[in-house]
Amino acid sequence: MLDNYLPILIFILVGILVGVGPLVLGYLLGPRRPDSEKDSPYECGFAAFESARLKFDVRYYLVAILFIIFDLEIAFLFPWAVALGELGLFAFWAMVVFLGILVVGFIYEWKKGALEWE
Amino acid sequence: MIELWNALPVLIQILLKITAIILPLLGLVAYYTYAERKVIGYMQVRIGPNRVGWRGLLQPIADAVKLLMKEIVIPTKADKTLFLLAPMIAIAPALAVWAVFPFDEGLVLADINAGLLYVLALSSLGVYGIIIAGWASNSKYALLGAMRSAAQMVAYEIAMGFALVGVLVAAGSLNLGDIVAAQEGNLLTWFWLPLLPLFGVYLISGVAETNRAPFDVAEGESEIVAGFHVEYSGMAFAVFFLAEYANMVLISALTALLFLGGWLSPLPAAWTEGSWLLSDGFHWLLAKTFFFMFLFLWLRATFPRYRYDQIMRLGWKVFIPITIVWILVVALAVVYRLPPWWSA
Repeated sequence: MLDNYLPILIFILVGILVGVGPLVLGYLLGPRRPDSEKDSPYECGFAAFESARLKFDVRYYLVAILFIIFDLEIAFLFPWAVALGELGLFAFWAMVVFLGILVVGFIYEWKKGALEWE
Repeated sequence: MIELWNALPVLIQILLKITAIILPLLGLVAYYTYAERKVIGYMQVRIGPNRVGWRGLLQPIADAVKLLMKEIVIPTKADKTLFLLAPMIAIAPALAVWAVFPFDEGLVLADINAGLLYVLALSSLGVYGIIIAGWASNSKYALLGAMRSAAQMVAYEIAMGFALVGVLVAAGSLNLGDIVAAQEGNLLTWFWLPLLPLFGVYLISGVAETNRAPFDVAEGESEIVAGFHVEYSGMAFAVFFLAEYANMVLISALTALLFLGGWLSPLPAAWTEGSWLLSDGFHWLLAKTFFFMFLFLWLRATFPRYRYDQIMRLGWKVFIPITIVWILVVALAVVYRLPPWWSA
């Protein structure tokens, strides 16, 4: 059983290598002529105003929180979905209750305007 | 030959198999960029690249060599470690997903039971590459692009996850090979029909997930130049580019596998007796994948860019309700063994 996961581990390592290889090649083959103007952050030709560590909109944070809730929900749904065929109607109603609670929360967010982007 | 193969150490065998997957894949990705320029060219009544090689066929190779010879600029203000780590984090999951991808009946590198879970887990990692690239660049455009991109990918990942749950309910297995086997029959027994809303949601979310037009506000050339990879040049940029196109190929192939029966032939088995071309096989998977890959280009040539609030509205307020309702519909159909799909 666990044997099946060895190729996956190796594949991930090869995947990283495919990322590293071109970077090393590019580093070796490309020129290096550092220049204070070239190495400064791009800002349409102007010298950069203030720091790039900007304050960003709190709504991104909100989206991240909502994502965690829903993604957990998906994690709960996965085993249920696989076993549903054998478990039958009881499992269906159990999930309806569970999803019902989530949907109530979802409607609350919606009404509160957490999903609005101006 | 078989004896020689068996005599090789397991590690070498695995590495050879991986090479046999990755090399054609990278070739496909390279020529996908060429196809994109050609297809969009013709759609806009131009001819596209036609100078390098016969009809421009060597263009991707010329591009690769050019990028290889370019300087990799590392901005002085950037966080160097993270800046160089980001492209690797972007490409590794895009390639590693193929480890569990079945190309034909039994033709799979790692036949694991948690196949779809692995696919979902790895495709979620792609967002880290973008966020890290945006933050490490220490540039305003890069940060803005990364924030937008992350929020968008995260929103559509939920819709995508729910669509996958629908597939799981329908197939009753996480193993990708079993999911295809569950669609056995003909064109009408494939999951696209009973899961039609989920099929649509998955496909559109896939376009949004890869930050492709019309959902490409993260790049938005005309307003935030290129988004998260403004500061990247040369091969560092090329690796991001490869990752984006590898992800497009992956989404196309997964859609073909999960909703259009993978390598299954659209005709019932009784009609295709003795014909190699018409019966099940890898060529069907390839044809279906190419169709969706073409669709990506077609969409880009056809639709103007969505506004960001429209994208978020579509993801949260349209797709998530649709998928939740349809999961319950499919669950009921499975519980009550609705024919013709779940009569057994």
